[in-house]
Amino acid sequence: MSTQTTTPDVVLQIDNLESYYGPIMAIRGVSLKVHDGQIVTVLGANGAGKTTLLKTISGVMDPEKGTVSMEGTQIQSMEADAIVRRGIVHVPEGREIFPLMTVAENIAMGAYTRKDRTAIAADEEMVYAYFPILKDRRTQRAGTMSGGQQQMLAIARGLMSRPKLMLLDEPSLGLSPLLTQEIFEIIVRLNKEQKVTMMLVEQNAKVALDAADYGYVMELGRIVMNDTAEVLAASKDIQEFYLGVSQDENQRGQRRWKQRKTWR
Amino acid sequence: MDFLQLILSGLANGCVYGLIALGFVLIYKATEAVNFAQGDFMMLGAFVCIGFTNHEYMGLNFWLAVPLSILVMGALGYLFNWGILRHMFGQSQTSIVILTIAMGFIIRFLAGAIWSHEPTSLEIPFAGQEVRSGGLVLGIDEVLIVVVTAFLTLAFFLFFSRTRIGLAMQAASQNQLAAYYMGIPVRRVHSLVWGLSGMTAAVAGILFASKGAIDPSTGLLGIKAFAAAAIGGFGSLPGALLGGLIIGLVEPLASRYGPPGVSQIAPYAILLLVLIFRPGGIFSQTQRKKV
Repeated sequence: MSTQTTTPDVVLQIDNLESYYGPIMAIRGVSLKVHDGQIVTVLGANGAGKTTLLKTISGVMDPEKGTVSMEGTQIQSMEADAIVRRGIVHVPEGREIFPLMTVAENIAMGAYTRKDRTAIAADEEMVYAYFPILKDRRTQRAGTMSGGQQQMLAIARGLMSRPKLMLLDEPSLGLSPLLTQEIFEIIVRLNKEQKVTMMLVEQNAKVALDAADYGYVMELGRIVMNDTAEVLAASKDIQEFYLGVSQDENQRGQRRWKQRKTWR
Repeated sequence: MDFLQLILSGLANGCVYGLIALGFVLIYKATEAVNFAQGDFMMLGAFVCIGFTNHEYMGLNFWLAVPLSILVMGALGYLFNWGILRHMFGQSQTSIVILTIAMGFIIRFLAGAIWSHEPTSLEIPFAGQEVRSGGLVLGIDEVLIVVVTAFLTLAFFLFFSRTRIGLAMQAASQNQLAAYYMGIPVRRVHSLVWGLSGMTAAVAGILFASKGAIDPSTGLLGIKAFAAAAIGGFGSLPGALLGGLIIGLVEPLASRYGPPGVSQIAPYAILLLVLIFRPGGIFSQTQRKKV
């Protein structure tokens, strides 16, 4: 494990978090930090607890133990709307949009917690500049759009709350490689140009590590590895288990079919 | 002429059914619960207004009593959700439905205890006045019902499509989880919807009581309105009004031209036909939530 020093620019800090999904312990003592301006990714397979982690941060689920702090304030027992007001927005997986409302109405709902109309109008223009296709479809019912457009709408809607930290749950889910690349390019641009700190949960480790500054690997509710994105991308374990690069044969000329992970 | 007269009085009745059905649909859309006490809310709204304006009770001016009773019913609806239903969040639909049925009984007996089980009529300043045009004689109460319903429909349309809180109600009903993620206080929105449907019930009750005497068992009219909501397509506001109008129109026509007893059966026969040939109701919303 590399050392991370505590600096005042920590936007989100999680300590020993435990969350249950009914009787199942989905998060088993997770600690992590997200620094201001970073893109942090959490990698892991199905059922690793990534979505539960995001839901616990955004206040839709309450943790059993542990703390979630945003800029030094504990937020783990706050209601979801209070957390949005503090500047954390959750872009859920699977394009959870409002299907019968128009694109424009969906985007307006993203700014529900805000009151300043002129600033909201300016942000609408900003959002449409990043996603021109949404501008063309302003009056269309959101449920009738394609999957990629709905994913763009979900991100655009999330931006409208002017978040400091955006939690992105599997933005590549069900999208073509080309569309995935396009969405990730926009995510990186939003991070650089709009200074939105991103916490990105992904199964697609390749695109996530390309975009991210720092990464955590989650398995069965625990963080098993964390390092900068370059180190993770170069790690043998990540290559084997998440990037699908096959390892060289060993000195006996055989491939070991049952691989051991270094963290087990 | 006779036929036209029947149509107009049926229209007035249908508006009342439509307004009660609107209350059903509002709550169903927003919270996915069915409030079987909606008819009793309507009856209570009428009695609250009687309590404010009739001489043997408070004797307030009618035009003051009406907004007061609408406010009281709105508050009751809000408090019912805030005080009771909110704590059943996540329980099965069946227990919520049974709770509302029980609530209906309680309201019925409370109303009987306070205002007696005898039929009582609302004292209205324009009682017995008529509008004559051509050979038609219309009670001013019937005209008023149609006008008020039309106005209320327009108001609801503007509320849900233009205002921030109206859009938030739509959003919460289409995707509750996403509404949470956007920072919409979903539970408070639910309470507000209950308040809104209480207010609608009060309007329906006052309009209904302006046509004739009511007693606490009038709340059972809610079942007919439930049929209206199902005919229109549960979950569609215009559908609820249309369903109410259909039932309101069919009843007097069936009793005038059909064999005896048909008018009681007709609403449910129509319900059956609609459910067989168009199971989602007339305005079914085909967009189902994908899993």
